[in-house]
Amino acid sequence: MKYMMFVCTDTEPETDDALIPDIHQWVAENDASGRRVHGNELVPPSSATTVRVRGGELLLSDGPFAETKEVIVGFDILECADLDEAIEVARAHPMAWVGRIELRPYVG
Amino acid sequence: MTDVAAAVVAAGTESRARIVAGLIRVTGDWQLAEDCAQEALALALEKWPGAGVPDNPGGWLATVARNRAIDVLRRATVERRKLAELALLTSGAEPAPASDDRLRLIFTCCHPALALEARVALTLRTVAGVPTADIARAFLVTESTMTRRLTRAKTKIAEARIPYRVPSGPALTERLPGVLGVLYLLFTRGYDADGEPAFAAEAIRLARLLAQLMPDQPEVRGLLALFLLQHSRRDARRDADGNLLTLDRQDRTRWDHEAIAEARSLLPAPAGPYAVQAHIAACHTADVTDWPRIAALYDRLVALVPSPVVRLNRAVAHGYAHGPAAGLALLAEARAAGGLDEYPLAIAAEADLTARAGDRDRAVALFEQAAAAAASAAERRALLARAEELTGEQET
Repeated sequence: MKYMMFVCTDTEPETDDALIPDIHQWVAENDASGRRVHGNELVPPSSATTVRVRGGELLLSDGPFAETKEVIVGFDILECADLDEAIEVARAHPMAWVGRIELRPYVG
Repeated sequence: MTDVAAAVVAAGTESRARIVAGLIRVTGDWQLAEDCAQEALALALEKWPGAGVPDNPGGWLATVARNRAIDVLRRATVERRKLAELALLTSGAEPAPASDDRLRLIFTCCHPALALEARVALTLRTVAGVPTADIARAFLVTESTMTRRLTRAKTKIAEARIPYRVPSGPALTERLPGVLGVLYLLFTRGYDADGEPAFAAEAIRLARLLAQLMPDQPEVRGLLALFLLQHSRRDARRDADGNLLTLDRQDRTRWDHEAIAEARSLLPAPAGPYAVQAHIAACHTADVTDWPRIAALYDRLVALVPSPVVRLNRAVAHGYAHGPAAGLALLAEARAAGGLDEYPLAIAAEADLTARAGDRDRAVALFEQAAAAAASAAERRALLARAEELTGEQET
């Protein structure tokens, strides 16, 4: 079962640095176990481009879909047996501590 | 109700959760499982009056439900996945469950990835078999809204692949309090002044089942004991006019002493939050209330559950154990910790402590203030009665 893991910022981060897990270790462990299929960090949404086609005409706009305080700053594609396993992977990601993570299963 | 109808209800109560839970494990289809269990009960109502109640009513219902599931799956064999389920069901060789199916069902219904209200509703519907219309009434929503809420929860279980499993090891330690929290919420819905009384009985039935399935979990026993102790006072909690009575004014002969004895036999050591609360409730059923022990138990509880209400109750307990001044000091501390602003019971507690400290005028004003903020009519009447009593004492 594949899950898309959106990595987002949050306005109320954990402030105790000692508690926050290490990202390199997270990537290494989950790559080794095969639970992380792919993933990367993304540039800030201020450099995003939104693409629409209406009436055959290409419409581009500078910036993200919507201006929000919490923004997606990365993603990972997980291969997990079920939601509980995906939650275990997500909770160990540093951004679960200083941001938030949204798990979205693939359809079918 | 006829004897046969009563037998169907009894067999349904005893076996429904087991049948639904087993069919979900094999088919993964919640709606199918519920529908088949329901149809088996309907068929029992139709057949048993003529044919007689079978020797093993639960087994009869399970077989009928399973055959229904096979029929439905046969008609839906276009889907590949369903074929595998059908093969499992018809072979009679489905893998033996590692744990009781009902336990998996409870843990899945109470999964923290579902909204809390959805957990409560799903547990009521799927494990306890409460009709959707009754759940909707208790949640003050229409039946169609509740149906949608339940469908959405079941869809999420399937789409997000919430596992049908009882967690083990540290995961169990992490998840069990959530399951107990759902049962507690269910119970308080039944126990509140204007609640749905049947839900309290349902919560006790579920806690009993859980205690039977998880005998090595002291908190489960603690929760069951707590329910039994609180429920033992159900017939004594109100006077003839429906006003709530405090413990010291209740007619103790109307308490359910059998339930109290059972709860006492269940009590685990006061280590977890429910066990500590059960010990406190047990202290309140003793002939002489041991307030210093209750105050000490609240000291322990506030360390485990530092909630505003626990802090408030701790202040009240210390007020009885060590005098109103001690109680008022802890109440001020509880207020400073937050969450008690305009909370009628906090005002009522202050009123009671103030009265016992000898300041009647201020106590009367506080009881009136608490009554104005009270959540239910019964509470309001009880608080106004205290204010009137104090005024009366002053005049004589």
